[in-house]
Amino acid sequence: MLRIKRVPTVLSNYQKEESEDAGATGGCGRNCMRDCCLPGAKLPLYAFRKSDKVESSDKKEPPFAFLDSLLLGEWEDRVERGLFRYDVTACETKVIPGDYGFVAQLNEGRHLKKRPTEFRVDKVLQPFDRSKFNFTKVGQEEILFQFESSEDDEVKFYPNAPVNINNSPSVVAINVSPIEYGHVLLIPRILECLPQRIDHESFLLALYMASEAGNPYFRVGYNSLGAFATINHLHFQAYYLAVTFPIEKAPTRKITDFNGGVVISEILKYPVRGLVFEGGYSLEDLSNVVSDSCMCLQDNNIPYNVLISDSGRRIFLLPQCYAEKQALGEVSSELLDTQVNPAVWEISGHMVLKRKEDYDGASEENAWRLLAEVSLSEERFQEVIAIIFEAISCAVVVTEAGSLGDEDELRDVEDVDQVRDVDGSGSHKAGIVAGKQECMVQH
Amino acid sequence: MEQQPMGTSIEQSINNRYSIWVREALDELPHSFTITDPLISGHPIVFASREFLKMSGYSREEVIGKNGRMFQGSRTNRRSVMEIREAIREERSIQVSLLNYHKNGTPFWILFHMFPVFSKEDGRVIHFVGVQVPIMPKPRRSGSEFSRIEMNLCENGSGFRDTVLGFCRREVCSDTVAELGRISNLDQILTDDTELHDTACKVSDLEKRRVNTAISNIVSMLTHYSESTGRLVSDKRCCPSNMSLVGASLNISLGRIKQSFVLTDPHKSDFPIVYASDSFLELTGYGRHEVLGRNCRFLSGKETDVSTHLQITNSIQTGKACTVCILNYRKNGSPFWNFLHMSPVRNASGKIAYFVEVQMDLNCGSHENKNLRPEIRQLSVVGAVKVAVRSSGMIATTSDS
Repeated sequence: MLRIKRVPTVLSNYQKEESEDAGATGGCGRNCMRDCCLPGAKLPLYAFRKSDKVESSDKKEPPFAFLDSLLLGEWEDRVERGLFRYDVTACETKVIPGDYGFVAQLNEGRHLKKRPTEFRVDKVLQPFDRSKFNFTKVGQEEILFQFESSEDDEVKFYPNAPVNINNSPSVVAINVSPIEYGHVLLIPRILECLPQRIDHESFLLALYMASEAGNPYFRVGYNSLGAFATINHLHFQAYYLAVTFPIEKAPTRKITDFNGGVVISEILKYPVRGLVFEGGYSLEDLSNVVSDSCMCLQDNNIPYNVLISDSGRRIFLLPQCYAEKQALGEVSSELLDTQVNPAVWEISGHMVLKRKEDYDGASEENAWRLLAEVSLSEERFQEVIAIIFEAISCAVVVTEAGSLGDEDELRDVEDVDQVRDVDGSGSHKAGIVAGKQECMVQH
Repeated sequence: MEQQPMGTSIEQSINNRYSIWVREALDELPHSFTITDPLISGHPIVFASREFLKMSGYSREEVIGKNGRMFQGSRTNRRSVMEIREAIREERSIQVSLLNYHKNGTPFWILFHMFPVFSKEDGRVIHFVGVQVPIMPKPRRSGSEFSRIEMNLCENGSGFRDTVLGFCRREVCSDTVAELGRISNLDQILTDDTELHDTACKVSDLEKRRVNTAISNIVSMLTHYSESTGRLVSDKRCCPSNMSLVGASLNISLGRIKQSFVLTDPHKSDFPIVYASDSFLELTGYGRHEVLGRNCRFLSGKETDVSTHLQITNSIQTGKACTVCILNYRKNGSPFWNFLHMSPVRNASGKIAYFVEVQMDLNCGSHENKNLRPEIRQLSVVGAVKVAVRSSGMIATTSDS
């Protein structure tokens, strides 16, 4: 069993008291999201329109970005009510000079001066454990609104909608340790207590949130267990950062056209190898391909992160192996000392640093070095792609040899299985993790 | 009701900088380009050349006042769109091949080059010019989408035929010339699909040269016609823009926020307004030049409670948020109860850079926003401003170096 030690991030103000909380019954006095406090509870409800077509362009701009305003307004309201552990806008931040524009933030307040806890990192799917902290224990004041699809074909908003216990609402809650402004958690069907595991419905919900917010700088992310999720209760994260993430700038190479107009590409010239999904005749087409891929990874026990970018139009899927290397003692102490946990945001190029010296000395090389450790090796990555494609039943149609203008983007069909140095620098040596039994394709 | 001031500001965007003949002169250039104004909310097109209208199939009225993204479509590469967005924010030029859509829905490749035009007096960005040179697809080995599109273009009847056929023919000639030079690189001829990938479209030197010619013609035209107004423009930033007012990139981000608010500078004596939103100008009836640089107290009148002012000043001095209800007056003298919320806004260094003051006319219903509580709407402005200011500073740090 592989474990790493780390200090968990506090996502809710009720997480700290977790130990003294065993088996509380009856009105617990905290106005939480459990049976004791939910009867009669009311929360704003935003119901989005389920459309069957992806907007072909931005031609029809809604007159008013409703979800965006609701989220920002409710979040700022919690700022004024003092619910956050620190003011994230008081944390210094900068774009690191270089070609990629990695973003660094100095955040000395996020890190608890608490002893590290052990996390099991070799199992991507673990059953829900009611005795551990979960989001039904948060106070209702931390919930911003309920988020669901509208029954008719129209966006609806109810400022004071009763919480329907039988319907298990999906909710958007604040993260009390934000890494940027507007940092929230989307918790699908919160009362069902789903473990951290992607399913079609929940992923589509997350995609709708990105698309409804309609702001390219509001991105939604997901960390699987083993890829730095700390709470085993299904949740997505999201926040605002009005700069382009380095991963969004990375060139891509198309691998194949998939059903429903979805195009799958491979990220090039980026320290972390991964896939990009875009296009699709409908949001659902895109969502299904990505969630099928995620489900394949989790079923094969491969930890991964997901970034939903460009208002839901581009989705990055990044299998990773950092926690595993860390548990096996293969990560240098220099990297470990920074205590940066490479979750989805770090992988996308937004580095939250805990120590002043790391912030002051932040460079593209350092960021690259860390992320190169996160990435699967080229060999393993190609294996994983094959597993995914097998699962989503799609024959890989490799484009003809020499189909790209840029010479280091050239590759041959035969070449796909070889370990290659995509950035051509030869500087980052990604450790090769041998394929594990669990990762074999199952028939 | 808000159309009128918008239309005027678009007219003025050109008229303020250039003498009266500039439109005609620009129209005589054989290039396809647009001029956009990042200082107007929504970053609209304020000028579109005759050649551009021909190429896109739209009439001038359909284009002026709109954002350039109206020409993009489902297969436009999102990464290129993002690169353009980033260049605008960083106030620099960019060249990228882009799949645009004709009014009739037909996609076509262009080499897009956008560059900022600076004001000579203070070095601020006043306009962006977007030059568009059509790229004709090269013959492909596989039966690709493109040859089909080409066919479509040429077979399509109607008025569209003339203009596009025109450039089809031109391009056919230039194509062969360009092709000759490329035979040695035959391997590099793209076979990738057109969808989503700009790499599918190889830009030749010819197209790059045409872009360069267009840039130099447009710049010399703009410089020439700005001379007579005394408000000179330049394609280079002449002096560092460490102005008291906010830069173009922050202006663009703030321009997206469709509510009444101002930013004031708490580090300057008497806390002057450094940014005023369009809705603020609509609410108060003042023009932008009448409010920038002034303290908000000009909105007060004889019935205004003096102690409220003290509360506001106190809030700024202590760096705390506050909400007050204050009697204000419009330019025409009519009073209104202003439900005012203000909050400090920090920059990328985590220091307070501005105070945002969000006004709300208490008599004005918020019908358009369904039932989002007025306080939440107000706070959403604070949030949006915080995000914009924080992020714009992060980029400034890099471009200063």
